[in-house]
Amino acid sequence: MPLTPASVQTHDISHDESQDYLWTLNFGPQHPATHTTLRIVLKLDGERVVEAMPDIGYLHSGFEKLGESLDYNQYVTITDRMNYISPMANNVAWHGAVEKLLGIELTPRCKYLRVIVAELARISDHLLCNGAVGLDTGAFTFFLYAFNRREDIYDIFETVCGARFTNSYTRVGGLMYDATPLFVEKVRTFCRTFPKTLDDMERLLNRNRIFVDRTKGVGLLSKSEAINRSATGPIARASGVTRDLRKDEPYLSYADFDFKVPCMTSGDCYARYLVRMAEMWESLKIVEQAIENLPSGPVDVGIDERTALPGKRQVYSTIEGLISHFELTMSNRGFTTPHEESYAAIESPNGELGFYVVGNGTDVAYRARCRPPSYIHFALFPYLIKGHTLSDIVAVLGSLNIIAAELDR
Amino acid sequence: MIRPETLSQLTAAVPEARPSEFRGQTRVVVPRESLAAALKLLRDELKFDLLVDITCVDYLNYRDATDRFGLVYLLASTASNERVAIRVFLNEPELSVPSAVPLWEGANWMEREVWDMFGIVFEGHPDHRRILLPEGFEAHPLRKDYPVQGRGERHNLPVLTRKGS
Repeated sequence: MPLTPASVQTHDISHDESQDYLWTLNFGPQHPATHTTLRIVLKLDGERVVEAMPDIGYLHSGFEKLGESLDYNQYVTITDRMNYISPMANNVAWHGAVEKLLGIELTPRCKYLRVIVAELARISDHLLCNGAVGLDTGAFTFFLYAFNRREDIYDIFETVCGARFTNSYTRVGGLMYDATPLFVEKVRTFCRTFPKTLDDMERLLNRNRIFVDRTKGVGLLSKSEAINRSATGPIARASGVTRDLRKDEPYLSYADFDFKVPCMTSGDCYARYLVRMAEMWESLKIVEQAIENLPSGPVDVGIDERTALPGKRQVYSTIEGLISHFELTMSNRGFTTPHEESYAAIESPNGELGFYVVGNGTDVAYRARCRPPSYIHFALFPYLIKGHTLSDIVAVLGSLNIIAAELDR
Repeated sequence: MIRPETLSQLTAAVPEARPSEFRGQTRVVVPRESLAAALKLLRDELKFDLLVDITCVDYLNYRDATDRFGLVYLLASTASNERVAIRVFLNEPELSVPSAVPLWEGANWMEREVWDMFGIVFEGHPDHRRILLPEGFEAHPLRKDYPVQGRGERHNLPVLTRKGS
């Protein structure tokens, strides 16, 4: 049966004689201001948006179906491609959920390293998000300041795992590589130099007349609506919802660190921008504390757990190590999982990123459901944009930080 | 995690509910008939105001499974930070549950995705269309009887020309 692509499908925009002066505009799927591939059908009254109808699915590639045929360590490469702005956070979320299912307690060093990379990913995500909001509203210099510092974070990630963009750094029960002294040195340099950039960025844009006029009072989201529409992360916190999983359900080693959760109450695009700016300061504080107190010891759980590959020394000199290595590398072996299901979430840069994992005994997930924050937040968009002008679309889209690869999966 | 008194309030109001626990997470299985009542009670009385996610699992080849589909509602409370998962088991041909959109506006797209991927009907949903797949798609691809390679749908997509569109 030939299929009709969604783009030619007739939308049931109610036709009414009295509304003949309204006209319909296609925004996307290929538009520089959407940044990624998504489409919005707009009903306009002059320049004012009467109704916005998102049409998504252009990047749908069946990630959840793939998760049912890739094993728990292979699937981490797919999570990289979900939110490709902060892939490290996705890696940490995925293996956090798998370890919850298996009931593995990580080593202290692994927890600290995961916190460091997750917080660096948060900084990198917020830099891009706020930079893009600036870019779309006309602040090009601000975007360059932000993008320049992302390069340093990529450099740190390359030092620790060899990949700049698609990191795949975590493994079940540990990490791909241990951190080297060079990594520690680079993170320290970053912590020393980044406050100046952040300071410059705040001075460039926080009180910029054009930027404030374009974002203040645009895309208002009240606290009750934010909860009712399942908003999480910086978007909910900009509306006054004081919910941060790092504080409320401390996972990894977040309970050890001293940091604040920035919140605002106005709930507009400007508040979301300010919350993200403030979160970068707090993330920097966490990274500083974690890198100075990095515990020594192994990064992988021991060979007793039978999930992480043992080191070469153990493989060549102990029988347990040899057996464990053989079991894990043979394609028909692997480790066993309980016939159970569990949900675990982290506070990703965008909001609550969780995985609902169903185990069926083998080392391939029976179901790997991702709770994508971009998907939930894009559902807010028609509500937020109603009544605003066409030029406000880019400000609202940018402040929601929609990543189409995570939106469509 | 959920407080014991919250759980006992839920089981008192919905006597058929069967709670279980795994790694500190509470799951409550409710029958299809009392799902709407249980969700309303959780939102209004027990302060589970945040709908985290709605998802579904197809238990076609699952060991010891007696039902075909398991629908999962993940709820959280922003006040007390409790979490609970509500599960409903569904079998063909009765693949429909009442929609949660009247309770949470955020359920809208989550339910559309479950319909798209599993073919579960949500009665009373305001916009019951596919969301990620094209409208003419007939299968529900996350069901276990759908092959990973697909059934050749993408090879039959029509070619759009500037004149014809």
